[in-house]
Amino acid sequence: MAHHDITTPVSEETIRSWRVNDTVTLNGTLFGIRDATQIHMFDRGRTTHFDLNGHAVIHTAPNVRKVEKSDEYPAGYAPVCIGTTTSARMERFTRPLMEQYGVRMIIGKGGLLNDSLQAFQDLGGVYLAIVGGTAALETTWVEAIEDVDLDDLNPESLWKFRIKGFGPLLVAMDSTGNSLYDHVREEGAKRRDAVLASLGVASR
Amino acid sequence: MNIDPNAVEEAARELYIRALKILPPDIKEGFDRLSERETSDTGKAVLGTMIQNIAVAEDTNNLLCQDTGVPIYNVIVGRNVQFDGAMLKEAIRKGCERATTEHPLRSSVVHPLTRKNNHTSTGVRVPVIHFDYDDTTDELRLEMIPKGSGSENNSWLRMAIPAEGVDAVKAFVVDRVLEAGGKTCPPTIVGVGVGGTSELCMHMAKMAATRPLGSHCQDPEGRKLEEELSAVVNELGVGAQGLGGDSTAFAVHVELAATHITMNPVAVNMQCHSARRASARFTPEGVTYGF
Repeated sequence: MAHHDITTPVSEETIRSWRVNDTVTLNGTLFGIRDATQIHMFDRGRTTHFDLNGHAVIHTAPNVRKVEKSDEYPAGYAPVCIGTTTSARMERFTRPLMEQYGVRMIIGKGGLLNDSLQAFQDLGGVYLAIVGGTAALETTWVEAIEDVDLDDLNPESLWKFRIKGFGPLLVAMDSTGNSLYDHVREEGAKRRDAVLASLGVASR
Repeated sequence: MNIDPNAVEEAARELYIRALKILPPDIKEGFDRLSERETSDTGKAVLGTMIQNIAVAEDTNNLLCQDTGVPIYNVIVGRNVQFDGAMLKEAIRKGCERATTEHPLRSSVVHPLTRKNNHTSTGVRVPVIHFDYDDTTDELRLEMIPKGSGSENNSWLRMAIPAEGVDAVKAFVVDRVLEAGGKTCPPTIVGVGVGGTSELCMHMAKMAATRPLGSHCQDPEGRKLEEELSAVVNELGVGAQGLGGDSTAFAVHVELAATHITMNPVAVNMQCHSARRASARFTPEGVTYGF
């Protein structure tokens, strides 16, 4: 259970050395991405000018305030509250994000499923679990909104954040086919019958 | 008592922001209870981060969670309270819009077909506004619930049949908690509706998921069922954020209604750990805020 304090982007070799239950703190650049962003990128042929190669994306749509562009607010947006949404809805976008854009880390909550786990194995990627619903804390790890693309989809734009000490995040799915969510699911299936029996329900 | 629509607009605005920033004390106590008995290291760390976040939100006057949710307003009308109903609805809508544009808040509300966001947190039939009546008070109570999508996306209705009995209800709840896993941002309040018609059953599940911890179903059989389910839900191992451990839910709440001789409906709706709500009491002395 190692801890990795790193600056993005990261290499495939580094990502492949991380294992579930390791923890990670990120610095540098982080991209915010969401349902509509990816529907437009992968179903409607839109592209971004951002270089996501070796980077992390976080499943988010932030609360922001529109302000004058300045050194402090290069994109014309001040962060208000930046948090993380449920990842599973965006399961089918993991592979194209990795294949077409070289993304190596997906940050989210609640976990991704088998296709993503396979993509992490095939292409070298990880899922980093953040604690969902703790956006006030998460916002303190974001230094600035550096840039924004596909902003007609606001708040589901493609956001470029500058981050410092972003974490600790938990490696919950790694490139060797290990997923903490699978362990929990298997354990839950085992416990189900005993719980139903204690409620006086015949197993069905 | 006459209700001034301007005061309602102001309260509707204030309540949305308050709900997003200050977690009710019963939920904070719920965290303390879960932390005391959590045995998993990951679970302890996750709960610790959640508790830290509550403090950071208060210290920085920020939102607890970025999900501003679907705004729901419950209006509970006491005796001899008078108002123009249409104006009251409009006042709530305006207050909700003003909270969104003035704070500003992320508008999480879109048209279901075009996906267009008006950036006001309002749209067709949203905010959701429910009216109910209470003959035990002379007040008007306005309650605001920003319902986050992570938990709301995990909502289910099953029109079970009488031959399946209460077992169908219990098994349905257990299986939905397992199915939801970490997607609902556990620890949750699992809301269960039993009986009624299809839409009433679902509505009761939402009422159950959003009422305070420590409150009980008014029906003795319903209360027995929620105590039974609460006692075992944390044996399922889902844990905080679905990462394992003993903190799957703060509690299971049940609401029930009479149903048809041929029906046995059960619904589940969950509230995430950021179980936000705020309320305002309108009395002849003025408006007071609470949870």
